[in-house]
Amino acid sequence: MKRSLRLIWPALLLLIAVICLAAPVLNLSDPLKMSMGQRFAAPSYAFPLGQDEMGRDILSRLIFGMRISLFIALSTAILSGIIGTALGIFGGYMRGFSEIITLRAMDVVLCFPPLLLAMLAVTLYGPGPMTLIPVLSAVFVPGFTRIAYSSVLTVRSQDYVEAVRAMGASNGHIMLKTILPNIMGPILVQVSFVTAAAVVLESGLSFLGLGVVPPAPSLGLMIGTGGAAIAHQPMLLLWPCLALVAMILVLNGVCDLLRDWLDPRNAARGA
Amino acid sequence: MFWFLQRIAISLALLWVVTSLVFLSIYMVPGDPAELLLSGDGATPDPASIAQLRADLGLDQPILAQYAERMAGLARFDLGNSMVDGSAVSAEIAKRLPRTLELVAAAAVLSLLIGIPAGVIAGLKQGGRFDRMANFLAGFAQGIPVFVAGTIIILLFAQIWKLTPAGGFVAFTADPGKHIVLLAMPAFAIALGLAAIVFRIARASVLDVLPLDYVRTARAKGLPQGRIVARHVLRNALMPVITVFALNLGGLFGGTVLVEYVFNWPGLSGMLVSAVNSRDYPSVTAVILVISALFITLNLVVDILYGVTDPRVRK
Repeated sequence: MKRSLRLIWPALLLLIAVICLAAPVLNLSDPLKMSMGQRFAAPSYAFPLGQDEMGRDILSRLIFGMRISLFIALSTAILSGIIGTALGIFGGYMRGFSEIITLRAMDVVLCFPPLLLAMLAVTLYGPGPMTLIPVLSAVFVPGFTRIAYSSVLTVRSQDYVEAVRAMGASNGHIMLKTILPNIMGPILVQVSFVTAAAVVLESGLSFLGLGVVPPAPSLGLMIGTGGAAIAHQPMLLLWPCLALVAMILVLNGVCDLLRDWLDPRNAARGA
Repeated sequence: MFWFLQRIAISLALLWVVTSLVFLSIYMVPGDPAELLLSGDGATPDPASIAQLRADLGLDQPILAQYAERMAGLARFDLGNSMVDGSAVSAEIAKRLPRTLELVAAAAVLSLLIGIPAGVIAGLKQGGRFDRMANFLAGFAQGIPVFVAGTIIILLFAQIWKLTPAGGFVAFTADPGKHIVLLAMPAFAIALGLAAIVFRIARASVLDVLPLDYVRTARAKGLPQGRIVARHVLRNALMPVITVFALNLGGLFGGTVLVEYVFNWPGLSGMLVSAVNSRDYPSVTAVILVISALFITLNLVVDILYGVTDPRVRK
């Protein structure tokens, strides 16, 4: 794809983000309001995409569903990013015992397929966003740790790190002020990757009825109920599918773009 | 030899840690786990049934005794009893595990069958019409979550074209044709994402190999194109494909959970989903243990195969 054309991804992401942020003031109808008389109603002026199996506004539910998905996914990416990066820098800079502990602990988390780890947690804590964010974060911490760790290994022996150390800076200062800014590129790429992956995982859990709790709108949940009503009204299934796939494609596009810009490994290959 | 033993030892250690963690997971919740598991719909469970469950799960024993019993049970393949109907969890797993493995294997084969030829053709005609279209489709396939792919397949094949049932399971011995059709749909849904990855690597790898000297030599010798591709390009381009394929194989187990649910395929995951819904703790932990063990074993096998094929890995 041409370089300038690829800028469409961040533009689209911005558009989605603005719509999601502004959803409460967009004069949409209440996504939870049911009107049983208008179940499966066709699109109308008031309800541009029609009404679902309980007479709720599909468009409004799509937008609020994306809002919840993005909120959960971004919170997950930021939370796991902070924890994972901190662990990775600590292990990579301190070496020795802390290195072994952090890396081995990550290996253990990686033994579970992500979806299964999340399901185990849901069994114990019950579904809902307050379970989802910590659980999904736990799933994605190892990725950040590994990336931060390997980046630190290349950075820590650079002259500028030595120089700061020679000036008498403390370990904490070096890790936070010298090393962190220099490994930010790959970390940001991972943040965008995790956001996309968290959207997929969250929608999968919600689809199984183990993520976002009904009646709150969620794309995964809508696909689940839409699948049940497939004979009545296929659009009930197709709209949330389209919205979800569009959101994931946009996030993936942004991720690829960031990778080309920020990841030194690609820059070196001239990709 | 030492390297192989080390790999096996690490895997066994991981397996032990995973088992212990899953065992401990019930203690990581605040409050009384028995009460928590019973208070599903906000109703307060009565003290008698809580005491009963505590006794059933062994929660009234000291934790070390529970741990010892659990480990001894695992050694006998005793995974506890279901909280729903009291049946042995291991019997249910033994019945369902082969179906899940069959699905994973079918998906793995499908992803190779789609990904490799598409990647090779696209690589040979870089920038051509097929290449551009396949690239676009691969980006799409990687973006679609498995359960969306599954639901769309059902919508198209079962609902609109009415070619197939909307999922289910028929034993191979009962009706081979129907068995394969019912297997192919979920397998395809799972395979899609991996096929896209295999395609990308195969294409890139063919592009890497094509300008090399031995390919030019083969051309200069006047070998026909088909023979050059089969003998010289493909053989050398396949190694990275196999590597990436193996690395991603474990991810298929995650995909089966959703796809089995979508297609009503009675494998491990259907059991897992209903167990999570009814908060049947022994069944949930058992299925998770089995799948994690498979995951670890698979990674071990891949590691060892690497060690065999490429001795440089073993340093």
